[in-house]
Amino acid sequence: MSALPVRPLPFLEPAPGPAVPVPAIEIADLTVAYRDKPVLWDVDLAVPQGVLMAVVGPNGAGKTTLIKSVLGLVRPAAGSIRVLGLPYDEARMRVAYVPQRGTVDWDFPATVRDVVTMGRYGSLGWFRRPGRAERDAAMAALEQVGMAAFSARHISQLSGGQQQRVFLARALVQDAEAYLMDEPFQGVDATTEHAILEILRALRARGRTVVVVHHDLQTVAEYFDQVALLNIRLIASGPVREVFTEERLRETYGGRARLLGGAA
Amino acid sequence: MILDYTVRTVALGAAVLGAVSGALGTFAVLRRQSLLGDAMSHAALPGIALAFLITREKDPWVLVAGAAVACWLAAIAVMAVVRQGRVKYDGALALVLSVFFGFGLVLLTAIQRLPNATQAGLDKFLFGQAAALLARDVTVMALLGGGAIAILLAGWTRFQVLSFDPDFAHSLGLRVRGLDVLLTSLLVVAIVIGLQTVGVVLMSALVVAPAAAARQWSDRLGPTVALAALFGATAGAAGALLSSMTVRLPTGPTIVLCASVIVGLSLAFGPARGLVWDRMRAARNRASVQADLVLRALYALARGHDDPGHPHAEAVLALSVEPKGVRRALETLAARGQVREAGPRAWALTHAGLAAAARAEAAR
Repeated sequence: MSALPVRPLPFLEPAPGPAVPVPAIEIADLTVAYRDKPVLWDVDLAVPQGVLMAVVGPNGAGKTTLIKSVLGLVRPAAGSIRVLGLPYDEARMRVAYVPQRGTVDWDFPATVRDVVTMGRYGSLGWFRRPGRAERDAAMAALEQVGMAAFSARHISQLSGGQQQRVFLARALVQDAEAYLMDEPFQGVDATTEHAILEILRALRARGRTVVVVHHDLQTVAEYFDQVALLNIRLIASGPVREVFTEERLRETYGGRARLLGGAA
Repeated sequence: MILDYTVRTVALGAAVLGAVSGALGTFAVLRRQSLLGDAMSHAALPGIALAFLITREKDPWVLVAGAAVACWLAAIAVMAVVRQGRVKYDGALALVLSVFFGFGLVLLTAIQRLPNATQAGLDKFLFGQAAALLARDVTVMALLGGGAIAILLAGWTRFQVLSFDPDFAHSLGLRVRGLDVLLTSLLVVAIVIGLQTVGVVLMSALVVAPAAAARQWSDRLGPTVALAALFGATAGAAGALLSSMTVRLPTGPTIVLCASVIVGLSLAFGPARGLVWDRMRAARNRASVQADLVLRALYALARGHDDPGHPHAEAVLALSVEPKGVRRALETLAARGQVREAGPRAWALTHAGLAAAARAEAAR
């Protein structure tokens, strides 16, 4: 790993052959601002394929915005993003998204299976209803997250951890190559946390790339092989062993505290 | 009952508009757009008035087109005001509603001063008059409404995931912006076809009420939408018939009252969330908890006694629960076969009761 970020020059063809696989996600010079306040500033980040990467940083560091930018849900002020070597619009169907579970209305009239089946709606055309294939895929995904027994339950009757697992199952039926997850471990009990972790590891074992917005610094080293430290700017990214150091963490979390202290 | 042709036309038209607004209203309610529906229906008034002023005709297609354009302008105005960032969503809705509606009232007053007689009846768009419905109006309503429902069914899965989780819908590769515009347009259709019958003031009730009622009966989207359509059609037909059989009873309010009755019944008796069942469930739970407390008390007394089947006085047991509940709790226990009345106002554990109490004790 060189210290300088390697940027492809626009007039050069990318190196051919399988020797250098394209990164699952490649972000260059990404800047996002809400009104005049920067949320992300000049972020360069490459996520290699087949890794489990945690995105960590204090509140307001732009973690969710980073994920939403990759998905085209937020319009960047500057920068470019490529997913599996392609512009997002061309790779859209190969990326799955697990939003924070607080972003939807859990009183919506739908059963657990209805919600999970939605993961297949991208490939259903107009006039088409989910059929046997979609239902079977949904049940298989529910089986995987240990929620098969809840398939006919209304979604309002689930606990927080169960809701999270339903969202995970919905992403699993998409059978994507890259998974972007916004705080899948938020507010779940220890059992669910381990169940979710097992699923993430199974995805990695199948060569999938998983990027997770994560809050618990204690578990980063145990759960993930790569980490991105974010606080509006990208402080560092790479293998946990190299990047996840005291000093860098202080830079990510403590720097902000100092700034606040200076302002007061 | 023999219904003459006019009344049949009226009832049919009102049923069509009720069904369409019920089905599309469900999506509006789920997407938290019910107040937007209210703003849009009020905003239709200047559209209707301007369409008439320009064409000097009361052709239903023309009036509906004018109303639809005004509805859309109102929706766009709300979004524009919100995007400015100075006024919040609810404020923007109130602002747009009152500005459009006020302008419509001014135009309506001006129209009524026109010398010719063709303008008569335009003020019926305020509170609606089903009796004025002609066969050609019903044809327009049925064509537009049928088209809207057909599009809704064709894009069902898209609209479903859009309403539940728009960001996720985007990540599935769906064109969320386009779908949003399309679904809102369908809502506009549902609103404008009801304006002549229900009126701009109360039309939004017919968007919200059937959906609210239907939600009490089902936990899935398909049945909810179907029921909302059914409820809307019922309220529409019933209200139109009632008002056309009574002199000077405006149709809009009558239809809305019918819809309110359906909502009231649904809130009370809906199986999953009905208030009546809720109360009964709560009462049954309370009784069951009290019964368990009395059983435990009896068990404690029995353990301090040589003969576990020895009867104990009701008054003693009354110490363990609120005194009024003892009799009922004991009767519940007797029905379970766990106690028997061993004398006047004295009760004893049965073998089954003893076993159950011991199990409960061990589980604690």
